[in-house]
Amino acid sequence: MSEIASRLQHHFADEEQQYDAATFGMWVFLVTEIMFFGGLLMTYVVYRTTFPQVFAEASHHLNIYLGTFNTIVLIGSSLTMAMAVHSARLNHRNALAGYLVLTMILGSVFLGVKSYEYAHKWHEGLFPGNFFYDGPDAVHQRLFFSVYFALTGLHAAHMIIGIGIMAVMLRMTLKNSFDENWYTPVELTGLYWHFVDLVWIFLFPLLYLIERHG
Amino acid sequence: MPKHSYNPQAAVRAYLTVFSCLMGFTALTVAAAFVDLGPMNNVVAMAIAVTKAVLVAMIFMHLRGGSPLNVLWISSGIFGFMIMLAFPLLDLLSRNILGIPGK
Repeated sequence: MSEIASRLQHHFADEEQQYDAATFGMWVFLVTEIMFFGGLLMTYVVYRTTFPQVFAEASHHLNIYLGTFNTIVLIGSSLTMAMAVHSARLNHRNALAGYLVLTMILGSVFLGVKSYEYAHKWHEGLFPGNFFYDGPDAVHQRLFFSVYFALTGLHAAHMIIGIGIMAVMLRMTLKNSFDENWYTPVELTGLYWHFVDLVWIFLFPLLYLIERHG
Repeated sequence: MPKHSYNPQAAVRAYLTVFSCLMGFTALTVAAAFVDLGPMNNVVAMAIAVTKAVLVAMIFMHLRGGSPLNVLWISSGIFGFMIMLAFPLLDLLSRNILGIPGK
């Protein structure tokens, strides 16, 4: 009981209210993230509506196998993150640490594949800038790749931050900071990581799967 | 801590079910992209993405069984995002429909 009492801040009526306030706060932050990505998605929608054919052609430069592989990796990392929160809830310390490490590994695999894709695009001259290739419709293709690098870059930045937060969670786990009555930071890290997965769920079809037929 | 009593077996089963569904939908969306459905390709891709997003939000992110305030707040957020999408498109798609320069 002394542990529980020490976790409860004096301005909350009880543990439940404290937990609800914390998760609600996280959701408030996540909605600001929707707006953050939303501005870029708006750019995507406007340019794709204006140049549908160019966007389809530019999209075919992306490697659909790597994109699909990364989607599977990220969904896998969402499962391990859900299992990490589950383990925290049951106060299974070793399982929590293991699942956090597994999630970090899967996140790193995603980033590794992504950096390979970036390097490939760079060598093909598809990074917007002075060395952009001068094939057909280069001016408009540049728009697609600007949006591609901005969206996936912002997403990757979120993943790097997420892995950093998980490192902190791992440290707290190993220092016995959590128990079944208080694991709120793990739950909130989970919400953040699942949100990153959610963003990719939309980015994958929008960027990789345009007009693949024919 | 959440108010509801927690059933560990049921929770793990739900997580694994959602994971399998997400994998299935990923395969489906890639397969659908190679079929020529005309403008419906976009609709199918987005419908699958929204279904996947709802599964993740409800089960992995514990919207189901959590505070209803969270659902209300996120719905408002998505509604705001829809407004952000709709109003610029209203302008973009209605340009030059009158055939009068500048209108």
